[in-house]
Amino acid sequence: MSSTTPLLDVSGLTKHFPIKGGFPIRRTVGAVQAVDGLDFQVAEGESLGLVGESGCGKSTTGRLITKLLEPTAGKISYRGQDITHAGRKELAPVRSEIQMIFQDPYASLNPRQTVGKIISGPMEINDINPAGGHEKRVRELLETVGLNPEHYNRFPHEFSGGQRQRIGVARALALQPKLIVADEPVSALDVSIQAQVVNLLQQLQRDLGIAFVFIAHDLAVVRHFSHRVAVMYLGKIVEIADRDDLYENPRHPYTRALLSAVPEATADDTPARERIRLVGDVPSPISPPSGCRFRTRCWKATEKCASEAPPLVQVEGNKPGHLTACHYPETAETVPAPRLTKDPEAAA
Amino acid sequence: MSTPFLSVRDLKVHFSTEDGIVKAVDGLSFDVEKGKTLGIVGESGSGKSVTNMAILGLHDPRNTKLDGEILLDGKELITASERELEQLRGNKMSMIFQDALASLSPYHTIGAQIAETYRKHTGTSKKEARARAIEMLRRVGIPQPDMRVDDYPHQFSGGMRQRAMIAMALVCDPELLIADEPTTALDVTVQAQIMDLLKDLQQEFGTAIIFITHDLGVIADIADDVLVMYGGRCVEKGTKKEVLRTPEHPYTLGLLGSMPSLEGPVDVPLSPIPGSPPSLLNPPSGCCFHPRCTFAEKVSGGLCSTAQPALEITDGRGAACHLTPEQKGDLFADYATARTN
Repeated sequence: MSSTTPLLDVSGLTKHFPIKGGFPIRRTVGAVQAVDGLDFQVAEGESLGLVGESGCGKSTTGRLITKLLEPTAGKISYRGQDITHAGRKELAPVRSEIQMIFQDPYASLNPRQTVGKIISGPMEINDINPAGGHEKRVRELLETVGLNPEHYNRFPHEFSGGQRQRIGVARALALQPKLIVADEPVSALDVSIQAQVVNLLQQLQRDLGIAFVFIAHDLAVVRHFSHRVAVMYLGKIVEIADRDDLYENPRHPYTRALLSAVPEATADDTPARERIRLVGDVPSPISPPSGCRFRTRCWKATEKCASEAPPLVQVEGNKPGHLTACHYPETAETVPAPRLTKDPEAAA
Repeated sequence: MSTPFLSVRDLKVHFSTEDGIVKAVDGLSFDVEKGKTLGIVGESGSGKSVTNMAILGLHDPRNTKLDGEILLDGKELITASERELEQLRGNKMSMIFQDALASLSPYHTIGAQIAETYRKHTGTSKKEARARAIEMLRRVGIPQPDMRVDDYPHQFSGGMRQRAMIAMALVCDPELLIADEPTTALDVTVQAQIMDLLKDLQQEFGTAIIFITHDLGVIADIADDVLVMYGGRCVEKGTKKEVLRTPEHPYTLGLLGSMPSLEGPVDVPLSPIPGSPPSLLNPPSGCCFHPRCTFAEKVSGGLCSTAQPALEITDGRGAACHLTPEQKGDLFADYATARTN
């Protein structure tokens, strides 16, 4: 990162959801450690991809950044201003600059409002009156996202999934945001439509210089969209790097396994990447493993991994800005990982 | 040539709705051999799932019109009675559904649900069926199967539920397994586990598998032959290599262009297919794909919007498109170079 203040600066961000139990007095008996100590920055106009399996805390992170959830600990700064525990009034100007695009284009649009009403909603709430009125602005926005401006008075049910997602994008753009948090914006769409929406977002990002936090589980989509990528596992960032560094030189075993598990649409007899099969499921975030959280599924784990949590640092051989949290980082010469046994007993 | 294990000929599935007749599947033919995997690719509403529900006879006969021929090991399924179908379902043919949580009963233990199928078809005692359920759970890689057999579905994780579904589908050693997007709801690492499992089980039992998905990457991993569906019809058919390397239909080409990849150039934008899938209530005239096809104007006389292209299959390879092979050679070549660079 350069010396200028990043647009978004997150440090030590933590969110634990309490678990209540017991009778007759319901006490807190534990916590789901959804997000546990994240540090990252997003520069102006940059897109950061957040990837990981379900339950790794990527959506929670998105909701923390947009302040839809109150963090348990840590700090979120926007343009140098601490917004971690900012009140409603303080947040108002910031909120209009940070917008969100949701995953489900069916659930995130009010079925009883017209498209015009949906998209002008944010402007009405923030009392913004663009020159020419709301309607003119909405028509412009519809055109920007590739919809017919004549559809101003239609209802969401008259649109297909891809078109609805475009409406969601138009709504996010209505306040001319500086940062958009996109939570799995394309995963509910068909492949051919998915590409349309990815292209649209990419074009907007370039033309309008909006910074993105792009949350997705699809590594190929993230590679296409992001400048930098952070890989999450059980509430922690295990690796963060520039896109090309991460995809070409993954240093964390989990990143490597994740990349190797993506099926590619090629019909070559010899796969381009050797496959690493992880056994078992992601452990419960209620009682995550000690030390390195990935160790229960890692083929390199030793006692050190169980006793000591690896810090997220620039390990030897990494370019600046490429951080990996692992005691035994992968190298290009690392012998291909053995195909893990499928015997569940041996894995347990 | 021996007769294939499953043969579908000119299958038509039409639903009558309030708005008119929906031609969900309109003239589909394919074969599946034992020990082979047929991958069916297509977008939502292309008729992939409807086809397979038809094979299992799961449609409501009151508003569904089935036509054509489905032969499973020489037995005609379309005209078969419900009782005959019941004998086959779960026994000779079975299905893995996409949403494992919605497909398992929340009120019954996993073990009871697996054992029920087994008892129905083999008539064994409860004890034997339970032992069989434990064995199946072990085989699909559930840890401590003798304990987990008494768990309820909500106690299982997503990947484990999908494994339990597979165990249930395979409990009677079916000869035909239909997997309807079995991995779509799963993470990539779990998806890889499930696909390995299916491949292993297929090798062990010689099961014929129909694998439905919209992910061409999954197809590349698991299928032998590929059938691409669009608007209720087959638009292209061939071996996995043929379809993925040298697609002959613009739709297949478009799908491949829409897929972001982990390799290859990143700075070129994706080339999506414009527009959205057709309505089956009121499908476009001529070739169903022509409103979205970038090559439609290359065909002389506007043939694409007036005449439906015939699907001509030779040696299991073919596509339904009006473009001549020479035209395709030229038009598709640019695309191929763009992808391999």
